[in-house]
Amino acid sequence: MAGTALRRRLTWQLATAAAVTAETASVSTIALELPYWPGHRAGQHLDVRLTAEDGYRAERSYSIASAPGEAPAITVERLDDGEVSPYLTEELRVGNQIEVRGPIGGYFVWEERNDSSPLLLLAGGSGIVPLRSILRHRDRSGSTVPVRLLYSARSLPEVIYRAELDRHGPGVEVIYTLTRQRPPGWTGHAGRVDDTLLAEVAWPADRGPLAFACGPTPFVEAVATGLVRLGYPPGQVKTERFGATGGR
Amino acid sequence: MEPLDGNAIGGLLQEVFGTEMTTAVGTCAACGATAQVAEFVVYLRAPGTVVRCRNCLGLLMVIARIRDMNCVDLRGLAALEADPGV
Repeated sequence: MAGTALRRRLTWQLATAAAVTAETASVSTIALELPYWPGHRAGQHLDVRLTAEDGYRAERSYSIASAPGEAPAITVERLDDGEVSPYLTEELRVGNQIEVRGPIGGYFVWEERNDSSPLLLLAGGSGIVPLRSILRHRDRSGSTVPVRLLYSARSLPEVIYRAELDRHGPGVEVIYTLTRQRPPGWTGHAGRVDDTLLAEVAWPADRGPLAFACGPTPFVEAVATGLVRLGYPPGQVKTERFGATGGR
Repeated sequence: MEPLDGNAIGGLLQEVFGTEMTTAVGTCAACGATAQVAEFVVYLRAPGTVVRCRNCLGLLMVIARIRDMNCVDLRGLAALEADPGV
């Protein structure tokens, strides 16, 4: 039971990088091997801690990119002024070890359900990571809940997991909006998510949808208040804000 | 510095309280608003971690790590109740 697992003491353990996969020019996914992993829920995160030779420590949180039942993996975006993400995306090699604790969080979590209330996922940039875990979990659990994913990215090459998102199964719609650069002939949406785009994409409030919004703070504020204006009860809009400091 | 939310301190709060806290419900001592901890406004590395009410921006918690010890100030919270379902 999830509740029992959560009561365990949260301890740091040494994780080994089992695989490192480039997702985009600045984003990598790191599959982790841990001595003990109690399993995670879709949407949870873990903390990573790096210790420098002089003892200086830096901690960051990263969303778990894999589905429950799969080995834990994190997807990390390199931030040029970051303390942790440049090491994780550029220096870390398969077989290297990092300190990790988790899984963490119970609020931004989707449990598999099969009722008819649809799911709305809203991603800004690397905010896609926990939502990818939710999408995979839906697939793997055989859920038929209808899903719409609205993913705001700067440009098409910066869309994380694009190949996987583009071969989604039935019941899933993926809608991109590109904020900075569009390829020639782009017929999709352009610009930041605003109330007009939200009204077009979001499930009608009377269908009882559940929404998860994850991304930079301004993105999350804009979509969460927009959804409430469309009649979504605030309690049905789960939010998670990423900072410009790598992870959260 | 841009504020985040209570999800960002899930690990820290679990370290302090020994249980999952992002689903706990807190009541602001200043304005009386209640919200799940995940919805609080969080400033990391302020120095220390500063947690504010999303309704009135009143100070709810301050957590400072001093020599590997977490010093926790909860005076801004009238109540903090862990989710009974956790």
